[in-house]
Amino acid sequence: MDAILLQILNGLDKGSAYALIALGLTLIFGTLGVVNFAHGALFMIGAFCAVTVQRLLSLSYELVDETQKDFLGNPLKVKTPYVESWFGPEMGGAIIDWAVPIAILFAIPIMIGVGYVMERGLIKHFYKRPHADQILVTFGLAIVLQEVIKYFYGANPIQTPSPQALSGVANVGALFGMDIVYPVWRIVYFFFSVVIIGGIFSFLQFTTFGMVVRAGMADRETVGLLGINIDRRFTIMFGIAAAVAGLAGVMYTPINSPNYHMGMDFLVLSFVVVVVGGMGSLPGAVLAGFLLGILESFASMNEIKSILPGIDQIIIYVVAIIILLTRPRGLMGRKGVMEE
Amino acid sequence: MFGLDNKDTRMLLVVAVLTLCAPFILNPFPTDSAMAQFNAGYPDLMQRFVIFGIFAVGFNILFGLTGYLSFGHAAFLGVGSYSAVWMFKLLSMNVVPAILLSVVISGLFALVIGFVSLRRSGIYFSILTLAFAQMSFNLAYSVLTPITNGETGLQLTLDDPRILGVSATADGSIPVTSLFGLEMRSTFEMVVGPWAFQFNAGYYLCALILLAAFYLSIRIFRSPFGMMLRAVKSNQQRMNYTGLNTKPYTLAAFVISGMYAGLAGGLMASMDPLAGAERMQWTASGEVVLMTILGGAGTLIGPVLGAGFIKYFENIFSKINDNVLHSWFSFMPDGIEDFVVFIIHPFIGKGWHLTLGILFMLVVVFLPGGLVEGGQRIAKWAKKRKGKDSATPGKTTPAE
Repeated sequence: MDAILLQILNGLDKGSAYALIALGLTLIFGTLGVVNFAHGALFMIGAFCAVTVQRLLSLSYELVDETQKDFLGNPLKVKTPYVESWFGPEMGGAIIDWAVPIAILFAIPIMIGVGYVMERGLIKHFYKRPHADQILVTFGLAIVLQEVIKYFYGANPIQTPSPQALSGVANVGALFGMDIVYPVWRIVYFFFSVVIIGGIFSFLQFTTFGMVVRAGMADRETVGLLGINIDRRFTIMFGIAAAVAGLAGVMYTPINSPNYHMGMDFLVLSFVVVVVGGMGSLPGAVLAGFLLGILESFASMNEIKSILPGIDQIIIYVVAIIILLTRPRGLMGRKGVMEE
Repeated sequence: MFGLDNKDTRMLLVVAVLTLCAPFILNPFPTDSAMAQFNAGYPDLMQRFVIFGIFAVGFNILFGLTGYLSFGHAAFLGVGSYSAVWMFKLLSMNVVPAILLSVVISGLFALVIGFVSLRRSGIYFSILTLAFAQMSFNLAYSVLTPITNGETGLQLTLDDPRILGVSATADGSIPVTSLFGLEMRSTFEMVVGPWAFQFNAGYYLCALILLAAFYLSIRIFRSPFGMMLRAVKSNQQRMNYTGLNTKPYTLAAFVISGMYAGLAGGLMASMDPLAGAERMQWTASGEVVLMTILGGAGTLIGPVLGAGFIKYFENIFSKINDNVLHSWFSFMPDGIEDFVVFIIHPFIGKGWHLTLGILFMLVVVFLPGGLVEGGQRIAKWAKKRKGKDSATPGKTTPAE
């Protein structure tokens, strides 16, 4: 029982990343009808936003301190981050420590901007072209973004620790009278993604803007005929989708040190998730994300691996193939959306 | 000639001349000149040109004719490589059985994957092939280690149980691949004045096979079968309404292009007998997509051009470094020189992929027909300038 609960927890944190990326992909597909192969790159850019914020916060100046000597008797150079000199050592230290959560604040405007520029600058011109062309051009864009990041940050993974207070482990099982120890940050990640997903859904469900967007997803032309500038709203939705991917990236950095090809690694899986959930179905994407995450972690249990060796490596693809062949529309796909 | 019309014969001859004279064409600079680093006429690189040419020609039979975009073609290349290396390990160091086996095995593999994947089309087909390829890659990396030797990759060893031939040569080293005794690595060097041209046996084997493969692809393009595939691309629904089952045709195209990929994989292993799982990764599949699109999908010569172009610049671009740039721009004033080098720096050396990505995007956006379309446009433009009065009738496109 403990083991099963632990696997579910394991699946939830991976599943939340899948769900967030797949949600963004589906938003873009559902609104603009564009298959975005550069979405993984957006996830990666988000992760590097966190790296940048952390580096900026720990920028420091050097002071020669005459009172302290190193072992050779020379005056010691003391590095003090600017933040510490401005806010005092305690407050400053805390700010540096909390760099990753702070990065969220910076990532949102940056990612919306990136998404806006991407949509207006490139993807706008591809609405009328076949899906194959959209895949190709965004694939090219993903390569370019990836290489730009590699040029500035190098090819090695960059460690970005979570705040001290959240980096330990907690006994989650205590609630159920069991003994399950689990890293706090992963639990935070799960709740964070639930908040984001809930936010997106309520934004679409309960605001006028969201209502117009949903109407546009159902029938773009009619909404346009009603005199609503639907393109503008869809562009904003693209920005929001980019921000969702970026936030997923920011929060993922303490779990997995970001490197320039992390986006590609996630992209392939997220596409599988979207297809399993059903092209253009938002609840489908979220459901499939968590489902596949949990399935994957169950498949990596030793008991299961001893029966079916290697199943943990391929489970997601196997599920995707079965779903695609038996339920062409995916788990919750809408009728008439990309059935061909 | 060979049942081709004049235009196709000319194209085949052009490719034949290009591949057979490649050691000359790719070595235009004397060996000890400053430009010698742009020589691409060494065996290793030339082999890669033609092998990836074969790969791209095969991919084009699927993508160019039927419009089905497969994102998992590298799996067939990997399977071909593995089967060829196993043939070297178990049967003999002769490349013929190895290549034959790799074509057959990858064909079977493509039959199974194609049978399942072709039940869907469009983006779903891309995702299905991608899923299958990633599955093969992950399996080759983990569970199938007894067959694939996992991360290390499959290599020849000194105690391979080879049925025909010895497991180690007299001086205790691993025997080399050969074609009935002609060693694949044997190279004849011709020195003409300051130039040195290398003629490699393996390269010429690959080049001849490329010619055969290219010829076959011309025949496929011009055959009724090819017409049928094109009809599938332009409007599959209409084909279905006329009561025709398109599945056997697309499946045949898929298997043929899978066999081309397997052939490329087998040749790769014949030139250098090792096989690794990374050949099957989806980035490798992406590379062949890039080659085909860059050259011009759906055209005959495009994929060959694209493969050559990408492989050439991959090798040459990544060799340029800041010192070379400084020596090129040394005629400029110092400040400007540094500035120019600073601007170009991200695009060369390790930044080659950045250049490739930008180039690829430009091609997709502005030149959907790839380099071939670019060439045609230039030719048209030149023609227009020559004789403005001889107006050519505009190309008509069939109604959808």
